[in-house]
Amino acid sequence: MSVERDVMEYDVLVVGAGPAGLSAACRIKQKAAEAGKEISVCLVEKGSEVGAHILSGAVFEPRSLNELFPNWKELGAPLSTPVKRDEVWFFTSPEKGIKTPGPFVPHTMHNEGNYIISLGNLCRWLAQQAESLGVEIYPGFAAQEVLIDEKNVVRGVQVGDMGIGHDGKPKEGVYTPGIELRAKYTLFSEGCRGHLGKRLLKHYKLDEQSDVQHYGIGLKELWTIDPAKHEPGLVIHGAGWPLNSANPGGFFLYHLENNQVYVGLIVDLSYSNPYLSPFDEFQRLKHHPVLRKYLEGGKRVSYGARAICKGGFNSLPKMVFPGGALLGCDLGTLNFSKIKGSHTAMKSGMLAADAAAAALIAGSEGGDELAAYPESFKASWLYDELYRDRNFGAAMHKFGVLFGAAFNYIDQNWFRGKSPITLHDNTPDYSTFKPAAQSQKIEYPKPDGVISFDKLSSVFLSSTNHEEDQPVHLKLTDPTIPISKNLPMYDEPAQRYCPAGVYEVIEAGGAKKFQINAQNCVHCKTCDIKDPAQNITWVAPEGSGGPNYANM
Amino acid sequence: MKALVSVKRVVDYNVRIQVKPDGSGVVTDGVKFSVNPFDEIAMEEAVRLREKGKVTEIVAVTIGGAKCEETLRTALAFGADRAVHVKEEGEVQPLTAAQALAAVFKKEGAQLFLLGKQAIDDDANQTGQMVAALLDLPQATFASKIELDGAKALVTREVDAGLETLEVDLPAVVTTDLRLNEPRYLKLPDIMKAKKKPIEVVSLGDLGVTAAAGLKATKTAAPPKRSKGVMVKTVDELVTALKGKGLI
Repeated sequence: MSVERDVMEYDVLVVGAGPAGLSAACRIKQKAAEAGKEISVCLVEKGSEVGAHILSGAVFEPRSLNELFPNWKELGAPLSTPVKRDEVWFFTSPEKGIKTPGPFVPHTMHNEGNYIISLGNLCRWLAQQAESLGVEIYPGFAAQEVLIDEKNVVRGVQVGDMGIGHDGKPKEGVYTPGIELRAKYTLFSEGCRGHLGKRLLKHYKLDEQSDVQHYGIGLKELWTIDPAKHEPGLVIHGAGWPLNSANPGGFFLYHLENNQVYVGLIVDLSYSNPYLSPFDEFQRLKHHPVLRKYLEGGKRVSYGARAICKGGFNSLPKMVFPGGALLGCDLGTLNFSKIKGSHTAMKSGMLAADAAAAALIAGSEGGDELAAYPESFKASWLYDELYRDRNFGAAMHKFGVLFGAAFNYIDQNWFRGKSPITLHDNTPDYSTFKPAAQSQKIEYPKPDGVISFDKLSSVFLSSTNHEEDQPVHLKLTDPTIPISKNLPMYDEPAQRYCPAGVYEVIEAGGAKKFQINAQNCVHCKTCDIKDPAQNITWVAPEGSGGPNYANM
Repeated sequence: MKALVSVKRVVDYNVRIQVKPDGSGVVTDGVKFSVNPFDEIAMEEAVRLREKGKVTEIVAVTIGGAKCEETLRTALAFGADRAVHVKEEGEVQPLTAAQALAAVFKKEGAQLFLLGKQAIDDDANQTGQMVAALLDLPQATFASKIELDGAKALVTREVDAGLETLEVDLPAVVTTDLRLNEPRYLKLPDIMKAKKKPIEVVSLGDLGVTAAAGLKATKTAAPPKRSKGVMVKTVDELVTALKGKGLI
């Protein structure tokens, strides 16, 4: 199908309005203003508005924000709950847990000076700053393809078409072809496992020299709780039950303002039991007395899930290619030992922005590799921080939670991450499943509708919506694999790892059928990561589709 | 012919509404807002009428705080030529809104006032009717088809018995129903152009309207939770159960 597409040209195009992309956009405009030059910056975002697809804990370290907007307090940035107290727990059973005494907590888990925030709201605020600096932001438009020219240079992106029916044909009267956004430099900041970032990694072989990327899936709920139990600034982290060494992960509960708490679980996507359901682990986790005591008498307000990149330093791919760069979690800058990725994402965006702005101010026509970005990265605190943390995740995978934690305590508190050892972990997360026949089935308790809930009522609270009549945006390379291979071998784990009930194995006319409920998708990307056959490819649905997270 | 279209900023239809714990209203902090879908239909219809050559100028109007500029920008991206922002940060009650819209309509000397039959936030379904009354103009509500014919409008409405077609003299007020049209997707270049289109800002005072508080919301509550159903095995059991609840 050949269609005429409108073209819009900018100096810099940013894909994705998260902390990395917004920081990059702001920084370029700041640099341009300092130099007295005009640099045009366009930012596209697939969510219906900035923040709609943002989901993060979040305990926020303000280091990058201090650098980007030293006067953020005056500008009204939504950082209103400073962390007052940290608790770190190890749950030994559904009823019992051990609180780690302060001195034994890895120093990366201390949160003095940090804030409990809604990252979505911080992004909404950053978008206001960006717009007032002159950035053009277009939410509701999904970048669908990377434009790569005959010289192998990235020239921008094509925005997804609107008004295509489920049969793949344009709908009469409403079909609107997506335009081409072209730029001298295109910065990709789609977040973890961005669908264009994934293609760029492959096309330019950016990850050839690095360890494989590792992932986790984070599930999170926002609750309004009994004011008597609310302690603004309290941060609780922990590990142990209901997960274990072969299926690791960690949980959090943060007390923010207005009698609200965030509660969540991050399940390491290297888990091996195909019967495991991250969603159901999260639901039963909340019944542990340490967490339940806060939630009892409260009301769940929102729910969401998102994959995170946790490979860290060793998994960082090459950051640049002709005409563009990867930022934030498209690159994988999350610091897993701190379980924080926002300040690192922002910093990566600012470093890329510095490089792009300097090149444009010097008169560059773009299309080249922004070598100054990886160079300044190496000289930055971000590099130092990620280098120190490089062993944290790998140690957990290699030695299990307990000995891994011991290694990390020594590595972080004695050597401050500068020990001579580097641990590598090159087993991709999709290859860690044990066959179902060798795994133990997990009987999850029924949700009680008070503390724990079922998947569908949860997805309802994510305010997820997709235009119904559009092609399925979860593409199967081989549609037979789910039933012919994944089902007998792993009891088709997609039914369980998807936190939104997108994948179902149903009986139809005596035969098993794999059903994809694409309209439920919360854009977490877990299927793209964890499918053992690497048979599911997540592509962007029609712009505006997906969750509409508020205060997440 | 000039058409005036009013657009209201409302909580987006995808948002799961949460009632504030103190019952003083619904949660709007951090929540997505967008144009009232019925007003989008009105906007789309105005653009289609212009494409047919029946309307020559489209003016969009809204009432509310600074954030309502977004709402007007969306209307401008749809194709409104310019916009009027009646700026009022405080609460605007239904009658005040109707008075302000009537004043703008008069000031603009428009021939057709198109607006959604209701807004999805308060579902009051009264603005169009009140504007028509205030201006003593004919009204045709719940339009599922609109044809302009010289100084008249033929408006088809879906009623219980089928379709009813009204003929009204212009100028008139027409409120739009769901099946009138399917609004188009906004194009990125149109959104960009909309940023440069003019918005005139006026106050209620400029329009000679005083904000009056005739209504007071006493309480907002979530609908009661549906209690669990029971399975009955036989018709007799069902009848007994219904009788027991006094339903038959």
